Amino acid sequence: MMSKVRRKQIMEALSSNKRTDDRGLEDVRNIEIRCGIVPNADGSAEVRLGKTLTIAGVKMNIGVPFPDTPDMGVLIVNAEFLPIASPTFEPGPPDENAIELARVIDRGLRRSEMVDLKQLCIIPGKAVWEIWVDIHALNHDGNLMDASAMASVAALLTATLPKAAVNDKGEVTLDKSARQKLPIKGVPATITVAKVGDKLLIDPCLDEEEIADAFLTMTFIGDKTCSIQKRGEKALSIEETLRCVNIARKKVEELVNAVKEATGYGKN
Amino acid sequence: MEAKNLALISPEGLRIDGRKPDEIRDIKMTVGVLENADGSAYVEQGNTKVYAAVYGPREVHPRHLASPDKAVIRCRYHMTPFSVEERKSPAPSRREIELSKVIREALTPAILLEQFPFTVIDVFVEIINADGSTRCASIIAASLALASAGIPMRDLVAACSVGKVNGVLVLDVTDTEDKHGEVDMPLAMMPNRNEVTLLQLDGVLSVEELEKAIAMVSKACRDIYERQKNALKAKYLEARKVN
Repeated sequence: MMSKVRRKQIMEALSSNKRTDDRGLEDVRNIEIRCGIVPNADGSAEVRLGKTLTIAGVKMNIGVPFPDTPDMGVLIVNAEFLPIASPTFEPGPPDENAIELARVIDRGLRRSEMVDLKQLCIIPGKAVWEIWVDIHALNHDGNLMDASAMASVAALLTATLPKAAVNDKGEVTLDKSARQKLPIKGVPATITVAKVGDKLLIDPCLDEEEIADAFLTMTFIGDKTCSIQKRGEKALSIEETLRCVNIARKKVEELVNAVKEATGYGKN
Repeated sequence: MEAKNLALISPEGLRIDGRKPDEIRDIKMTVGVLENADGSAYVEQGNTKVYAAVYGPREVHPRHLASPDKAVIRCRYHMTPFSVEERKSPAPSRREIELSKVIREALTPAILLEQFPFTVIDVFVEIINADGSTRCASIIAASLALASAGIPMRDLVAACSVGKVNGVLVLDVTDTEDKHGEVDMPLAMMPNRNEVTLLQLDGVLSVEELEKAIAMVSKACRDIYERQKNALKAKYLEARKVN
């Protein structure tokens, strides 16, 4: 629950197209990305978006492919909103919000075909690489969705896996001294637009999130959309929905560049 | 998962079940099918078969979930173990938890919750047989069940999916089209208010294609909306006959 005073403050700022932290409606908070901070993970990244802090870790192991995609690696995203991140989060299995976040990020990564899963097949139908992306929220100040998506992308871009080979007995052997990067086809960006009152704004902080009517989370690969999720208890007009898409579209390059810079992707 | 070489559109431009790209399947809607519920509906859209029941407004248990200024709405989307090809465990999957949330959020904007503080409205959706677009059929059925429970609403919620198969935008995707096609995008709206209450995209679309798909599916929602109104009217005409 938010105080009426705070709500009034936010709405008044918005009425002159301002935010209480002096941002414009289409400004993202300061982004800090740190990669490779978890030595025991195969890939990791911590993203700070304003005061929001989230960490994504990648772990890989050899597993069995899904029966309908015998020649493709497996990508699984899981998210935990632990009590460390917010006074409103409780311990226990992921709630609907954490499950939704993980599934939305999963669809964005999968549909953007960021990781070439075909190249992660070792023995068709028998052995493939399984990539686990685990997201842990550490401090919740709004927009965990975009911060976690960015952390997942950065962790995947910097992840390395041992070289796998098949010996004469048909067994999979791993060469842990020869680690290589994941096969990457492109870098997606996930952007959430929130509707607060009659304004559309990006990267909502927690207070803005609490009084928002609805959200539209979009993942882009290049200039195409590959995943959308409308969230929130109120509706968006069709015209607002299309405006959200166009607002988000303009931010793709900025976010992709931030991730590329932090991960060094595309430089070698 | 990925676009396969399966021919989903014939050389004549028809789909595997013979429909035109902008054609929806036959929909059968029946209101008031479960006696114990305050409102209920059954929807059959091709081979997708769904029951929805509404209980409430009623007392909230556990009590701390109650809200002093409006009714709480709870929603459970659930698939019967036999509704899909391989038996599904009856325990709620991550997919079902996500769908329960988005269906609840698709219905909430339509309900005048402020009129029933300290109460809960429970919406239960049971998928009897799944053949694509189950969340849309669930929303159609749940909104009919809410209306038939006499809960005051701003509008009915209609829903339909649009997909892309073999490069063609198609309405009301079946399970095969969903699995082998490129895109699935369900949308729910309140047609009379022209407002979107659910939108999910799973697959790659250019912004121009997205705009076209939204226009196409919102037109289909208006068509489904008329059928929903007729189904509600049919129930009351029948009630008059009995008395």
